[in-house]
Amino acid sequence: MKSGRFWAWVVFVLGAAYFFIPLIATVEFSMRMRRGAYSFDAYQIVLGDPRFQATFMYSVIAAIFTIILGVLIVVPAAYWIRLRLPQLRPVVEFITLLPLVIPAIVIVFGYIRMYGSNSPLPFLGSDTGTNSLLVIGYATLALPYMYRAVDTGLRTIDVRTLTEAAQILGAGWGTIITRIILPNVLIAVLSGAFLTFAIVIGEFTMASLLNRPAFGPYLQNIGANRAYEPAALAIIAFVITWGCMSLIQILSRFAPRSSNRPN
Amino acid sequence: MADPFLSIQHVRKSFGATTVVQDFNLDVEPGEFVSFLGPSGCGKTTVLRMVAGFEEPSAGKIVVAGKDITRLKPNQRNVGMVFQAYALFPNLTVAQNIAFGLKVAGMPKADTDRRVAEMLDIIKLPQMGDRYPYQLSGGQQQRVALARAIAPKPKLLLLDEPLSALDAKVRVSLREEIRSIQKKLGITTIFVTHDQEEALSISDRIAVMYGGKAEQVGTPFEIYNRPATKFVANFVGTLNVLEGTVTDAASGKVKVSTQEVSLKGKLNGSKSGDTLSLALRPEAISLGRQPGRDSSLSGEISEVHFLGSVIRVRVGIGGNTVSLDTFNSPATPPPAVGEKAEISFSSGDMLVLH
Ligand SMILES: Nc1ncnc2c1ncn2[C@@H]1O[C@H](COP(=O)(O)OP(=O)(O)OP(=O)(O)O)[C@@H](O)[C@H]1O
Ligand SMILES: [Mg+2]
Repeated sequence: MKSGRFWAWVVFVLGAAYFFIPLIATVEFSMRMRRGAYSFDAYQIVLGDPRFQATFMYSVIAAIFTIILGVLIVVPAAYWIRLRLPQLRPVVEFITLLPLVIPAIVIVFGYIRMYGSNSPLPFLGSDTGTNSLLVIGYATLALPYMYRAVDTGLRTIDVRTLTEAAQILGAGWGTIITRIILPNVLIAVLSGAFLTFAIVIGEFTMASLLNRPAFGPYLQNIGANRAYEPAALAIIAFVITWGCMSLIQILSRFAPRSSNRPN
Repeated sequence: MADPFLSIQHVRKSFGATTVVQDFNLDVEPGEFVSFLGPSGCGKTTVLRMVAGFEEPSAGKIVVAGKDITRLKPNQRNVGMVFQAYALFPNLTVAQNIAFGLKVAGMPKADTDRRVAEMLDIIKLPQMGDRYPYQLSGGQQQRVALARAIAPKPKLLLLDEPLSALDAKVRVSLREEIRSIQKKLGITTIFVTHDQEEALSISDRIAVMYGGKAEQVGTPFEIYNRPATKFVANFVGTLNVLEGTVTDAASGKVKVSTQEVSLKGKLNGSKSGDTLSLALRPEAISLGRQPGRDSSLSGEISEVHFLGSVIRVRVGIGGNTVSLDTFNSPATPPPAVGEKAEISFSSGDMLVLH
C-alpha cells in the first residue's frame, strides 16, 4: 500500500516534470531579452507588432466562422442520426475521425487541385473564396471534436421523446432544434466551439499552403527569424489554449440537469 | 348513438415482417375515457402512437371528429400526449413548459400567461411556475406534463402509462386527479396501462388487448364480470379455473374431478364428453354452505393466508385448487390447513371458457 503510493507519486512527478520543465524553460527564456535582468520586453514587442494583431484577428474571425459552420453542420446531423438513423452512428463516427488520420497537408493539396482558378468551382480564384475554403477546411479539422462533443451532449437527453413531445404540441423542425435540442446541448456545443477555437488559432499547414495571413504562419515566420519573441509567442498561444480549456470546464458546471431520470 | 368522436377502423401495423397490430377497431364517444389494457408487447403503445401520428398505419383509417387524420403529421393533429418518462423540456421552467404549445400556436403573451396560471391551478402547483423540471418530484413532473398536454385545449388526450414510473401511493392519487381533470374538461381520453386495477377504477370503457387485437371492449363491470374470452377472464382479476367434463349436455351436468355440478343453459353447444374450463371469481365463492347458493363442491383446505381484514384460503378439489377470501372475524378461529371444507357458489356466477 505504502510503496504503491510512493511509486504513484514518482510517476506523477516524472510526468509533471516532462510537461512543466520545457514550459518553464520557455517562459524563462522568453524573459531574457534584456541582458542581465528578467523582463517582458519580448512580450511587448510581440504584442505591439501590427502583424501579430492583424494575423491574430484574422485567425479569431476564421475561428468564429468555423465554429458557426461546424455547429450548423454537426448539430442537425448528430441530432438526426440519433433520432432516425441510429444504425448509421458507427459509420458517421468513423467518418468524423478521418480528419485525425488524414494529414491536413493531404486535404489542402486536394483542395488546391479541386478548386484551382481553372476548375469548375474556382474557390481559389478570389480572396473571399480562399477564405471560405480555409474555413471549410478548418471545419473539417475540427469535425472529430465538434461531433464528439455534440453527440455526448445529445446522449444526456432523451432525444426521441423530447422531439415527440414537442411535435405533438405542434412544433416543427426549426422550433424543435432551436428551442429544445440546441439549448439542451449548448454546453456541449460550447466545449466543441472552444476546441475548434484552439485548433484554428494554432493551425499552420492549411493557412500557409492557401497563403492566408493567419496566426499560424506568422508564428512560424517569427520562429524562423527571431530569438526571444517565438518563446513569448509560444507562451501566449499556450495561455490562450489553456484559457479555452478552462472555460470548457467552467461551463460544464452549468450543464442543465436532465429531467428524464424517472425517480 | 351519436357519432363517435374518435374512430379507429381496421387498423393494422407491421414492422417489417412482423405484424404487431391487426384489425384493430374502436369507437370512442366524445368526452369518454377509454383505457387500453394488456400485457407487455401487445401493441398498446403502437396503437396510441398511430393515433398521435408518430407511426403510420400499414392499413386502416383513423377518424377524429369526422375527419380522416390517418396521414396527418403529429404537429397538425391537435392532440395532447403524456409520456411515461414525463419528457418535460429540461431547459425550460414549469411555466415555459406549459406555455410551449401555446407559444407554438402563436397565442398572445397575455393570454398565454393567463392560461398557464389556470393550468398551474388545475394541477395544484400554483407556486411552481419558475422551477425547473429537475427540481420537481416525479409526481409533480407528471402533473406538469399533463398541464402541458392539455394547455392548448387538444381535441384528444393520449396517456401512455403515465403513472408507471411513480410509487404506489402517488400512482393512486394522481390517477384520481387525472380522471377528475378529464371529467371537468370533458376531454376525450385514451389511457394506456398494464395495471388492471388502474384501468378498472378510472375508465368509462376498457379495451383489453392481446397479440395486437382488441379482445374485448366494454365497461369495467362488463370486462370483469362477463369476460368474453379466456384471455380476458384470466388477465383481469384473479380467477379460479376448474377443469370439467360434460356428462350430460342436455341437462347441463358437468363433472369436476369426482363431483357433479349443474350448469343449465351455460354450455352453449358443448357435447357430452367435452372438457371445459370453468372459472369462478374468488368473491363468488364462500366457505361452507350459504343460503342462495345453488352449487357446492367439497375438498380439503391446502393453504391459509392471513392478510388482516381478509383471509385468503385455498381449497383443493381433486386436481384443482380454488382461491377464496373470507372476512376475518375475531370471534371465530381461521380455518386450518388439512380440514375438510365445502365451497358453495351460484352456478350463474360460473363462467364457461371456451
Ligand atoms: N419501431 C419498431 N420496430 C419493430 N418492432 C416494434 C417497433 N415498435 C414496437 N415494436 C414491437 O411491437 C410490439 C408491440 O409494441 P408496443 O410498444 O406497442 O407494446 P406495448 O403493448 O405498449 O407494451 P408495453 O406494455 O411493454 O409498453 C412489440 O413486440 C415490439 O417489439
Ligand atoms: Mg407501451
